[in-house]
Amino acid sequence: MSKTVKKQPPKTHRKGERDLRFTTISDMPIEALYGPGDPPDFNPDRNLGQPGQYPFTRGIHENMYRGRVWTMRQFAGFGTASDTNNRYKYLLEHGTTGLSVAFDLPTLMGVDSDHPLALGEVGKEGVAIDTLADMETLFVGIPLEQISTSMTINAPASVIFAMYLAVAEKQGASLSSLRGTLQNDIFKEFIAQKEWIYPPRPHLRLITDLMGFCCDQVPQWNTISISGYHIREAGSTAVQELAFTLADGIGYVQAGIHAGLDMEVFAPRLSFFFNAHSDFFEEIAKLRAARRIWARIMRERFGAKDPRAWKLRMHVQTAGCSLTAQQPVNNVARVTVQALAAVLGGTQSLHTNSMDETLCLPTEHAVRVALRTQQIIAEETGVTNTVDPLGGSYFIESLTDRVEEGAMAYIRQIDEMGGIINAIEANYPQKEIADASFHYQQQIDAKEKVMIGINRHTGGDDTRPEVLTIGPEAEEDQLQRLRETRRNRDQAALDRALANLKAAARGEDNTMPHIMDAVRAYGTVGEISDALKEIFGSYQETSVF
Amino acid sequence: MNPERKIRLLVGKVGLDGHDRGAKVIARALRDGGFEVIYTGLHQTPEMVVQTAIQEDVDALCLSILSGAHMTLFPRVIELLRAQQAGDIKILGGGIIPDDDIPRLKEAGVLEIFTPGATLTSIVQFVRDNVPPRHLEETHVQGD
Repeated sequence: MSKTVKKQPPKTHRKGERDLRFTTISDMPIEALYGPGDPPDFNPDRNLGQPGQYPFTRGIHENMYRGRVWTMRQFAGFGTASDTNNRYKYLLEHGTTGLSVAFDLPTLMGVDSDHPLALGEVGKEGVAIDTLADMETLFVGIPLEQISTSMTINAPASVIFAMYLAVAEKQGASLSSLRGTLQNDIFKEFIAQKEWIYPPRPHLRLITDLMGFCCDQVPQWNTISISGYHIREAGSTAVQELAFTLADGIGYVQAGIHAGLDMEVFAPRLSFFFNAHSDFFEEIAKLRAARRIWARIMRERFGAKDPRAWKLRMHVQTAGCSLTAQQPVNNVARVTVQALAAVLGGTQSLHTNSMDETLCLPTEHAVRVALRTQQIIAEETGVTNTVDPLGGSYFIESLTDRVEEGAMAYIRQIDEMGGIINAIEANYPQKEIADASFHYQQQIDAKEKVMIGINRHTGGDDTRPEVLTIGPEAEEDQLQRLRETRRNRDQAALDRALANLKAAARGEDNTMPHIMDAVRAYGTVGEISDALKEIFGSYQETSVF
Repeated sequence: MNPERKIRLLVGKVGLDGHDRGAKVIARALRDGGFEVIYTGLHQTPEMVVQTAIQEDVDALCLSILSGAHMTLFPRVIELLRAQQAGDIKILGGGIIPDDDIPRLKEAGVLEIFTPGATLTSIVQFVRDNVPPRHLEETHVQGD
């Protein structure tokens, strides 16, 4: 045990401090100065380790960005598949190094473009995908063997994934060569993003089926992107974001084991997705704590033997909820600081928001600026020259420890409740988030927390930027495509596939091969999801606010 | 009219959009502000929301829409309310609604739209000042 050195706070910091509470955005109080003795009992070997070695606090790779810069992966999608295909080509031309698909709300909810609930929503929030035909168009001219693709899809993730695999097949790619990520994280849907179809357990069954399928056939695929981003966007604190995400992760590992899958095979393919919010140091600490906690959970709690199972690989997105519609160009500054936090936190992949996203989906100009922001950080600032540059900082190590402690308290609480499904059914994380978001809004209204352009420095506004509008033609075009696809497909083949799928869902056979058959027969997202709904039922949440 | 009857408000999310942070914060602020608040939960159709509003005899309906479908959904809700002689229920809205669309929404019958940056206090005060008990106006309704 190292001897703690007593720290003498300099007298000058008591007098003359501004009349503010010095806290993180999540209300964690911060001292005026950190020095030798902070954190208490600091043990670099135990708490830090080397980058690329347990517990990975300093990064999951020995060389980090000296070996390879993070993937610049801009989330994109709007209108029809061909609109989005053009945007992907634009992004690839401008230096994006991985694709990331944003689907429209009907697709996200497992509903077809011609469903009554889809009215007015087709192509608005992302790309409309109804059948394999749309997926084929989405990736025209993009060889799936050569690019990694992330797909932000949850409730009907198995269906969309099957479509992606079917496109790869048609391109002549082998499934074992495919690299990418499926968000497929249903726990956080019940907690925060609210995109579900069935109750939790049937969704979990679909997830473990997909995990099992990938263990055999798509071994390079990240089957889940266990997400804190949405939890944070829903209004949680940084500690809650971390805790609920890792608790979800624990739930998935338990589910995989319970489903009879080999943890050594599936665990290395679980990945994570965090928010990069505005409090610079808190976010860096959060990401470092995340790696350390997860490494300990996987090695010590679950006894995983493969070091790859201990490594938390993450994608980060800068915080949408921190951006303002007022003075939108200011958002470039926000995103820059947030992106830098993600990089100093050691992310593997990064999406930077566009300045106009509080108004609309990104224009080409705005998304280019967002991409350039990453490129400037990577190539002009020198922050990639060394691994974990802030490691050993009295402040950063203290903050990392405190974030870890806070998260572990929540994880223990959820364990005591019997795990994340029980916690969700008891509305526990949902209530914590509702309380935190209400509290934050009160602080904003009272100007205890600042948002420039909203409650301080509201003077002046930029000239209205050009916004991206998705007109009604997208919906019309999509409905036309859907009608044509239905007309031309082999209905008998589809009916057989759906019947087999329902039988598998009723029993214990893996649903993925049957979903693949249905998708190859040009079944729609809605038709396949509805077939499963007959077996699994649907879900109604009891809301707390 | 019962002078002690609290103003009754329905806070709802229509359509597929599940982003309910704002709706919940508003619902809570309104409840803390002394109003009776019913929260519809998610994934409501316009028909369901209107049905609930009438059944619960609310004085105003507050819709949260972030998905871009506001120009379809608000008019639809208003149309349905009017068809059931409930056109006097006030309509308020919030979410991601471009400034340019607000005048047209107001012409269609929306009382007010609260854009990001509106404080909770101002919203509660607006309701206090502009949402009377519904049946107070019964004798004054002009053929909705």
